[in-house]
Amino acid sequence: MKRLQFKWRYLYLWFVFIILYAPIVFLIVYSFSQGSTMTNFHGFTWAHYQELFADSRLIAIFLDTLLVAFLSSIIATAVGALGALGINNVTRPLTKNTLLSLNNILMVSPDVIIGASFLIFFTALKIPLGFGSVLLSHIAFSIPIVVLMVLPKIQEMSTSLLDAAADLGANNWQLLSQVVIPYIMPGIFSGFFMALTYSLDDFAVTFFVTGNGFSTLSVEIYSRARQGINLEINALSGLMFLMALVLVVGYYFINQYSSRHRRAATRGRRK
Amino acid sequence: MQRKQRLSRNTAYFVPYVLWIALFVIAPVILLIYQSFFNIDGQFTLANYQTYFSSNTYLMMTLNSVWYAFLITLATLLISYPTAYLLNATKHPQLWLLLIIMPTWINLLLKAYAFIGIFSQAGIANQFLSFIGIGPQQLLFTKFSFIFVAAYIQIPFMVLPIYNSISELNASYVNASRDLGATNWQTFSRVIFPLTLPGVKAGVQAVFIPSLSLFMLTRLIGGNKVITLGTAIEEHFLTTMNWGMGSTIGVVLIIAMVIIMWLTGGRKRRSGKGLTK
Repeated sequence: MKRLQFKWRYLYLWFVFIILYAPIVFLIVYSFSQGSTMTNFHGFTWAHYQELFADSRLIAIFLDTLLVAFLSSIIATAVGALGALGINNVTRPLTKNTLLSLNNILMVSPDVIIGASFLIFFTALKIPLGFGSVLLSHIAFSIPIVVLMVLPKIQEMSTSLLDAAADLGANNWQLLSQVVIPYIMPGIFSGFFMALTYSLDDFAVTFFVTGNGFSTLSVEIYSRARQGINLEINALSGLMFLMALVLVVGYYFINQYSSRHRRAATRGRRK
Repeated sequence: MQRKQRLSRNTAYFVPYVLWIALFVIAPVILLIYQSFFNIDGQFTLANYQTYFSSNTYLMMTLNSVWYAFLITLATLLISYPTAYLLNATKHPQLWLLLIIMPTWINLLLKAYAFIGIFSQAGIANQFLSFIGIGPQQLLFTKFSFIFVAAYIQIPFMVLPIYNSISELNASYVNASRDLGATNWQTFSRVIFPLTLPGVKAGVQAVFIPSLSLFMLTRLIGGNKVITLGTAIEEHFLTTMNWGMGSTIGVVLIIAMVIIMWLTGGRKRRSGKGLTK
């Protein structure tokens, strides 16, 4: 009886997993198919990947997307980490809660609202739409997640650590660069990774603020998908799947590292 | 205390963050509300709100959007709750959870694109339907496909908060309920479900709000059969260039969002990854 129940459980879970992964596998399988539709597998070919690498427009958009993702996450991480330090230093609970609520606004707002309001904002300030506006938007919507990743790390840091450093004669800058930053580094890394994925994933906000000349992969896929099936996109999805995999593994190892680190630290303290 | 004084003496590093809040959080929302009072010719007017609240088209569209968001949320919840519950009973829940979250790292557009292939006339879904004897159906560009794909995309965002609250559930409550003679159903409806309600609420919040504003799925999968608030805003901003009306619908969407957050209790963010907007 008990064993039977166990099997049913796994059957349901497997069913959900198959549903979740089937479309992704489907995309990648057809990226190797000859022909031009996603209906029957016509034999193996690398042709779509060759086509992809020969498509200089798509390669340029791919590089632009990466550039925006890296630049925006680096800047967002810097601003967000310093912001988290600042929030942590605020002593009045009311101010602190207000800051945290304001921080979360962009986390819960629908993308369309963010996109539309940024479009009005850029137009009002006469900032031309294109690379600059997309970069600014990506920085803007990535900052809150960095703060949320870094803040717990700062709060977990013990005051005696800072007092000890100060007693030993560290000045403000040394305190920050040699004690605080190294301690909160895992949080900063997770924040950076999240910002990176936010940027790579974003479609709606970019779609609003991108203007005519500049495009990211999501926007490009959208406009191509509206024209129907094109196995070049499948090949692209194969590449992007690999990239996502690298990000997941990287994120996983950083988490592993930080939890090991934390365990080691608590062990050390107990001794 | 001493430390706080020492660190806060120099607040220059806090400036970029505060600037960000002023420029990218507060200013855009104010501008959006401000813009909603202007008509297409740039004159100050209340006409947008008047049009919105007196036009059947807009009100029906809003109701429709809420209805579809509700259906999507319900479908997602019905699939996710058992998943989260069963996940908790497995030997390596963290690993399974990671596997559930993984698909959210794949670009949303690519997943939508995959369904264009799957649901197409001669696609794999129709091949399957023919195989089991039902025969091919029009799947793409239907309301069903819209709800299906939207639910597919949102499942991980629902599983995660529910899983978190189920894993915090104290097993002794369940045992106590059984010892006191409750049936499985009673244990679930009187003990397990009420105790995991916070997770369900967080999940509903995480799914319902984005469902109101989905706009590319309505084009790619729904074939414009479903118009959500998001689609309407996008149309007004980027196609008809009537920013005033678009902003008015935006204000409605913000109000809807606040109501949902109020109903589902408190501002809870989508935590973890995957938890993309």
